[in-house]
Amino acid sequence: MPTPFKAGCERPSGTTLAPTAVKTESAEVEKKEAKQSMIKVGAPAPDFELPGYLNGQFSNYKLSEYRGKWVFVCFYPGDFTFV
Amino acid sequence: MSAVADEFPELQKLGVEVLSISVDSVFVHKMWEDHELSKMVKGGIPYPMLSDQNGNVGRLYGVYNEDAGVQMRGRFIIDPDGNVQAYEVMTPPVGRNVAESRRQIQAFQLVRASKGTEATPAGWQPGRATLKPGPDLVGNVWKVWKVEDGK
Repeated sequence: MPTPFKAGCERPSGTTLAPTAVKTESAEVEKKEAKQSMIKVGAPAPDFELPGYLNGQFSNYKLSEYRGKWVFVCFYPGDFTFV
Repeated sequence: MSAVADEFPELQKLGVEVLSISVDSVFVHKMWEDHELSKMVKGGIPYPMLSDQNGNVGRLYGVYNEDAGVQMRGRFIIDPDGNVQAYEVMTPPVGRNVAESRRQIQAFQLVRASKGTEATPAGWQPGRATLKPGPDLVGNVWKVWKVEDGK
């Protein structure tokens, strides 16, 4: 399911795949639209594809590929924080 | 995040996949895992640590703090249809209670398995009685459930 990739010189980055974040005329509009979105319980979780690290391997992970499973998504402030 | 890793075997038993997300690069994730987390969690972090370095995914989920440039502590329970069933967002200094998240997942799984014929009352724990919503239950919850049952 995850797509492995090799580490290059650039920092790997991901993308939002949800309809609200599709490429619009300018990056500014995209940012503004993304800012306005709100999560509603019972509504679809916005899709995304992000680079990740697991067991010594870098891969891209797409949320929609987890369809059919329960998923627990945890955001946190940053690596090496204390709590 | 080591607390989530600690609960991971239990979450795995429930068929739950875990994804963690911060604005750090995957390279920093690797360093954190190598130098600290692997010393706190036997066998290392068992789930993918994702990198949302421009905060766009965090913005979509309403957990990105524009001023600080980091994500707030937010967690989302997503069902097999891809719908958000629950979320919780906290400011950084307070850690989460992963056991409570697991309890909620178990409750949502029970409700889903019952196809909506059962509901879990306040403070429900796995194995305890559920409620069967319907005309007969209206005004009669007091007969089948006491406040003490939720403790």
